[in-house]
Amino acid sequence: MRDRVLRWRTELLLAAILLGVVAVNVSLSPFYLRTGNFVNMFQLSIEKAIVAVIMTLVIINGEIDLSVASVMGFSAAVMAALHEGGSVPFAVAVLVALLAGAGAGLLHGLFVARMGLPSLVVTIAGLIGFRGAARILVGDRSIGDFPEWFDRLGQDPLVGRFSLAFIIFVVGIVAAGVVLQRTAFGRAVYVIGNNAKVARYSGISVDRVKLVLLTTSGFVAGLAGVLFAARLGSVRGNLAEGFELDIITMVLLGGVSIFGGSGTLVGVALSILIILNLRSGLGLANIQATTQTGIIGALLIASVLVPNLVDRFGRWRRRSGPAAMPPPASSDTAAGEVRPVVTDPNRTAHRG
Amino acid sequence: MSGTAAGPAERAAVGRRPRPKLRPERLRELSLLAVIGVSVLVFSQLVDNYLSGSFFNRVTTSMAITAVLAAAQTIVILTRNIDLSVGSIVGVTAYVTGEYLAAHQTTAPVLAVGLAMLMGCVLGLLNGTLVAYGRVPSIIVTLGTLAIYRTWLIDHARSRTITADSLPQWLVEFPQRTVVSFGGLDIRLVLTVAVVVILVLQLALGRLRWGRWVYAVGSNPDAARQEGLPTERITLGAFAMCGALSGLAGFMFLSRFGTITVAAGQGLELASVAAAVVGGVSILGGSGTLVGALLGALLIDLLELSLVRVPEISVFWRDAVLGALILLAIAGDFAIGKRLRRFWTSPPRHSSKPPEREATTDA
Repeated sequence: MRDRVLRWRTELLLAAILLGVVAVNVSLSPFYLRTGNFVNMFQLSIEKAIVAVIMTLVIINGEIDLSVASVMGFSAAVMAALHEGGSVPFAVAVLVALLAGAGAGLLHGLFVARMGLPSLVVTIAGLIGFRGAARILVGDRSIGDFPEWFDRLGQDPLVGRFSLAFIIFVVGIVAAGVVLQRTAFGRAVYVIGNNAKVARYSGISVDRVKLVLLTTSGFVAGLAGVLFAARLGSVRGNLAEGFELDIITMVLLGGVSIFGGSGTLVGVALSILIILNLRSGLGLANIQATTQTGIIGALLIASVLVPNLVDRFGRWRRRSGPAAMPPPASSDTAAGEVRPVVTDPNRTAHRG
Repeated sequence: MSGTAAGPAERAAVGRRPRPKLRPERLRELSLLAVIGVSVLVFSQLVDNYLSGSFFNRVTTSMAITAVLAAAQTIVILTRNIDLSVGSIVGVTAYVTGEYLAAHQTTAPVLAVGLAMLMGCVLGLLNGTLVAYGRVPSIIVTLGTLAIYRTWLIDHARSRTITADSLPQWLVEFPQRTVVSFGGLDIRLVLTVAVVVILVLQLALGRLRWGRWVYAVGSNPDAARQEGLPTERITLGAFAMCGALSGLAGFMFLSRFGTITVAAGQGLELASVAAAVVGGVSILGGSGTLVGALLGALLIDLLELSLVRVPEISVFWRDAVLGALILLAIAGDFAIGKRLRRFWTSPPRHSSKPPEREATTDA
């Protein structure tokens, strides 16, 4: 039992934070716990949540994809430009846009997997380059007038109260969770994130896993971009600009180590809920969106800093305590052995 | 690719043996210079009246800010960290310094620069403390402070804007101040300051013990710690220096634009990383030079400002070209650099003992 508590320590901490946030929000507004409010809350950031799922896998793999927001903009721009050109049916434009996203991811993947370049640099180049490509396609116009079915798909609920994007998110996170925890591919993702060299020597095709993940990341970003365009009803060159920071925050707050090899989608799901509820609650308390971003930034730092300090304090107490003292039984002091992920200097070799 | 041939640490270990004259960093810097030269030639064919004094001035003034920031970023990257908050630090220092100068018109220029740098240094120290002593990964810390510093600025400013006419006259004229002038080419004071600061820091990194330590920590943090280097203090120092330089860049930003909104400096963090990477600084730490970062900044700003002037290319091409350039730079570095590094790190003929390891086994 104690083992299990320790293993899920991060997730338990996050669940506690989530409960606290929800409790405060309920006290602020009696209408808070209505389904309608909940659905709305999700609807406003659903594209980011979708991308956060694949970003989790990428980061556990020891890589990072900073280009996602630009790829979102790029694939939406591809769709809009084809639509504006008017020579192809709209469904084809959507399909090409999705392929464009996957192509962008494949390009990053080839540079990372085949040439062994750090994904941080490759995807910074992608961040700048694909945003530029989106601007070339759309210019400073705003392209709209999409077919009605497309706008409705983005704006209206599809099943019950849930929109297509929400359903994609739920299906995506469950599928990704199954892949990550129950398949050989998922185990390979963790092993590579822990130690790519060991993974290579144990016969895992490291390059292929990285290539698959980064390509999927591009595809999912493209999908999210198209969904975002459907929700907004129009596409501009700066669509989704700056989203990468929010998405990465969602993942890291969920306890996924930036050095790879550890983290779960349960944690990320909790952190998405925390961020959404926190923003919603701060909105209820009339705190501006910019301030909310700052508070989430502080929460991000604290989510790593506090466990670190607890570990350090525990170690310090053990070292300075009397020698005959029995090993402490409380979970926080023993945690030093369980979660050395962030402090382990060996891991810094793979900084994302 | 960690522990690359940058090697001040390795060279120090081998002793004062004569080395090949052209080290990889130098080669990188020379090839960057060549690329810059070629781009100037190409653009001068495409654009009428391209090689004018006013264009030179525009590029150098704009580059000064990017170069100082790229140098700031480089020092942190050398320690195998990253600082994504530099854009927010530029915004905060530019705004607060502008506010102070608007209220105190008679402030001495030195004091104003000092104020900006001190403020930046404090913000950098906060980053560094969390990274070095809180053991929070730098990307998490600075992603957080990127948002926090900006939020503070927005709260503090309450949507007021610093305008040029509220600033002292000397500050508004500062970007036009010229040190020497050849014909139409003015060497502006901002450019001089940037270049001098970068050269001095480069010397310090190469010659001072602290500088060697910075490279050592970035090449191999474990080895540095086991060697007894104060790795925490070195990391903290790098972040503090990065903050102070960002403050300097903030001051330059204020003087160049005069009008400072709460969004000032947004996006500069990526520009600084891009300039450093194009300049040959390894994102994995321990390898790269400030002069390289300076040249990277020059190339990026040159391309940005030149592309705008090519009539056939719309302004929207800028970012796409920039992204392709960065990919090209790192891919080229990979292709050429891998062979060169193997050559340079191969056992020297006169040494009795081979180097401890091949640097690029897992590249």
